[in-house]
Amino acid sequence: MRLPFTLLLGGAVLAALQSAGAQNLTLPETIQAGAAFDVQTTGSGNGTLYIVGPSQVLQQKVTLGQTASFDSGTLTNAGIYTVVLTGGSSTEHRALNVLPAKDAAHITFLARPSRLPVNLHNGISGAVYVFDAYHNLITKPMPVSFDLTPPSGAAQHGKATTMDGAAWVQLNSTPKEGMSKFVAQVGGVTSQRIVEQVPGAPCRLQMSAKRSGQQLELQTDPVRDCSGNAVPDGTIVTFTEDYKGTQSTVDVPLKRGIAKVEMPAHSGATITVASGVVLGNEIHWTE
Amino acid sequence: MKFIGRSKDLKRLAAVLLVIATPLAFGADQPSVQVKPPDVHGPRPLAQQTAEAAVRDYLESWQEMKSALDQNRASLLNRDFEGEAKDKLSAAISGQIKAGIHTKYVDRSHNIQIVFYSPEGLSIQLVDNVEYDQQIFQNGKLLVTQPARARYVVVMTPSQVRWRVRIMQAQPE
Repeated sequence: MRLPFTLLLGGAVLAALQSAGAQNLTLPETIQAGAAFDVQTTGSGNGTLYIVGPSQVLQQKVTLGQTASFDSGTLTNAGIYTVVLTGGSSTEHRALNVLPAKDAAHITFLARPSRLPVNLHNGISGAVYVFDAYHNLITKPMPVSFDLTPPSGAAQHGKATTMDGAAWVQLNSTPKEGMSKFVAQVGGVTSQRIVEQVPGAPCRLQMSAKRSGQQLELQTDPVRDCSGNAVPDGTIVTFTEDYKGTQSTVDVPLKRGIAKVEMPAHSGATITVASGVVLGNEIHWTE
Repeated sequence: MKFIGRSKDLKRLAAVLLVIATPLAFGADQPSVQVKPPDVHGPRPLAQQTAEAAVRDYLESWQEMKSALDQNRASLLNRDFEGEAKDKLSAAISGQIKAGIHTKYVDRSHNIQIVFYSPEGLSIQLVDNVEYDQQIFQNGKLLVTQPARARYVVVMTPSQVRWRVRIMQAQPE
């Protein structure tokens, strides 16, 4: 007999509340950002519905006992909201979770550096944050592909899966100089950055010497990096002549890939060449 | 996990951050703060002082956010928020003003962990499991108190002198 009595009592309480103008509200526990949804109210008279979160606040006048409908694109910011219904004799409230939409619509792509030497192991890094159409961070795991395409030669590929909306990759710079396209893709959304790969440090310095009057004419072979790319004009090459304990140094910029200079032709002098940390050959000049 | 220093240093970091967190709260509203050692996916080592600064600035951003939503003053967000986070909080404050309400967030506990440090060092991501009450006031009268447990996903970027919150998004724990 207890169950029927309980039901009877519950029904009586509900009827009493409704007759007193009390209201209730029914709504989904969770929706996707931007989705349409309904809030069912009970009671009679007029009320106000508030949807309150730290990212968005909505207010709507309602007729108690009716369904309040919210169109798609109305509640767009992911977060935890409190839905409050006022009016009648009491105030009711429920929690509402708004999750990010499922599909990626925007990527924030951080690529570094924008310029680097060729052939650098793990020299290029990329990080992405993935967002939906309402700029909510999509926190469920999503596959991301990264492609680094040089002007010539094979592209490099990297794959990653987002964790809490973030993913990253590291790639080697390619052997050939030039502008590479660095692309991140999630679903159908892509974002591109340009990475300039420049020749590395000179790999081998070779100079030759010949007499020119009272002077020695010193000239390097074309200066290249270890991948065979021409080192840019303007790179400084240093020639040093040691003679009887006296040292003379001349810095010369590369011009059309080679460095040229004239130094005194002392018999017994030692001449060296260097660029940055790279040392070239040594010449002992004797006559 | 890449982190400069290992378990001993990480424990020290957690202890330091607990101390840092204490002055941020006031009186009975003081939240408890736990900071787990960073569990960073990413190739960049996370220096201890960087982790400390990010967590400290994040906790301070909560104070700023609470004040802004309580007083309906978006200008209070200028120090600690930027980008999407600032835009959305500002929009919420505009919505509160329009609706004639204000909101008081009473955070009871934070459980924070740094989970990502981007390779170029331009963003830090952390998660924070927060327990709080959301109190909604209309014309100075408390309408409702809604207790909540949320997992906040936060992305911070460096500015000249501090880490600022760029994304701050709650989801159910």
